[in-house]
Amino acid sequence: MPMPYYVSPEQMMQDKAEYAKKGIAKGRSIIAFEYVTGILLVAENPSASLYKISEIYDCIAFAGAGKYSEFENLRKAGIRHADLKGFMYSREDVTARSLANGYSQSLGTIFSQEMKPLEVEILVVQVGHNGQPNEMYRISFDGSIIDERTFAVIGGKSEAVQALLKEKSLTQPPELQVALALCIATLEQIGNQKLSLESLEVAILDRTREGRKFRRLTPADTKQLLAT
Amino acid sequence: MKLPYLPNHDDPSFFDFLTQHHPALTPTGRSGFLQAQASLEPMRGASSMNVPHATTVLAIKYQQGVVIAGDRRATEGFQIAERRIEKVFKIDEYSAMAIAGAAGPCIEMAKLFQVELEHYEKLEGVQLSCEGKANKLGQMVKANLPMVFQGLVVMPLYVGYDLKRTEGRIFKYDLAGGRYEESDYHAIGSGGKDARNTMREHFLKGLAEPDALKLALLALYNAADDDVGTGGPDLVRGIYPTAKIVNAAGITDVSEQQIRSIYDGLIATRRSKEN
Repeated sequence: MPMPYYVSPEQMMQDKAEYAKKGIAKGRSIIAFEYVTGILLVAENPSASLYKISEIYDCIAFAGAGKYSEFENLRKAGIRHADLKGFMYSREDVTARSLANGYSQSLGTIFSQEMKPLEVEILVVQVGHNGQPNEMYRISFDGSIIDERTFAVIGGKSEAVQALLKEKSLTQPPELQVALALCIATLEQIGNQKLSLESLEVAILDRTREGRKFRRLTPADTKQLLAT
Repeated sequence: MKLPYLPNHDDPSFFDFLTQHHPALTPTGRSGFLQAQASLEPMRGASSMNVPHATTVLAIKYQQGVVIAGDRRATEGFQIAERRIEKVFKIDEYSAMAIAGAAGPCIEMAKLFQVELEHYEKLEGVQLSCEGKANKLGQMVKANLPMVFQGLVVMPLYVGYDLKRTEGRIFKYDLAGGRYEESDYHAIGSGGKDARNTMREHFLKGLAEPDALKLALLALYNAADDDVGTGGPDLVRGIYPTAKIVNAAGITDVSEQQIRSIYDGLIATRRSKEN
């Protein structure tokens, strides 16, 4: 009987991780940033119709970096998970924590059992209302899950963006326009180029809204907001 | 590729997702149980089962949109099961639906239809067209057909504002899922015929909003007058029919105060005729 090649588990995991990281590094960064009445999400996205940021449920939003087809699949599964739970129990029983756990389980299993890991990094954020704090979860290709405060970054140069944001970080959550200007300035500094508003995808989870808190901001909205 | 630990499904319909993966959660989910019971007791099928029933709900087009209204009574045989039940539901920003039939499955279908439209919007990034929503509801009514034979009827009246045509539209259904568009007004439920008679006498094309609302409440009043299954305004408890306005601005609830003042006028006119 021929012996299969022996590859040590350490080596295998390392190879897979390297492969996934390479895929993600090609993408651009996405920032989630807490402001006074909610969470702001900003992504560099040249396409106006293929979204990286999306609504999941009343208070929950999703952002994905890496391979589009893969995080799109995760996004849809997340919406199904949330809608099913909300229909089965009640709308208030849908939480970002449970969804982030589902994602973590799924990504972790695929990373360890499949030949090819998913080349994605995702964010699940939930705006808190009635005095509850916001929740932000960053989930990596291997299913590791990180609970973030104040801001969270995924995608290509996430570490550099994170470091820069940390330098600029404020003691109190700022107004929306301040947060937006800060995020855009950071992305411009990292990319070393001026960004047009058309090449940005911006959305907010606004806790002052009734019912569904998610709202996309069009380039016209962002322009108006930055002018004030 | 399949994602472990997360729900996998191929198309953007929440109703189809439930039907395929969680059939017990759909309004049709009880059919297995009922069929088994009916075969055990062929003489006493579920059609003799007492479930809350009876209604009058209606919709009238006016110049800028549609008024949709319904009474508040649910009956169980000769008993009143519920005096405050709501039969008119906001489904999404631009559509509302009113229901007649077995209360439980009706409310379940309205709730499922709400999730269905929101689910589609989130997955696809755009809302379904008005026509698309009406067709989807037709498919859900059709899927409920086995339950109809067991006596659990669900009959919706759907109203939507069509953003492309910039007009309000009314759709009625039959038990087999057939979908028909109404050009002016429609009413369904046990008192539907009485309400339609009133509307036929007083309806005009291009009514103003207050006139359409008044006509809707008058038709409900007359239906309650002639049909035991329909509740009129309950002056003692302060329970009044509910109404919603569907137009380009979205769905607006008509305040109870406004409905009460219209009924006060109506009842005063009726009373003066009696003396």
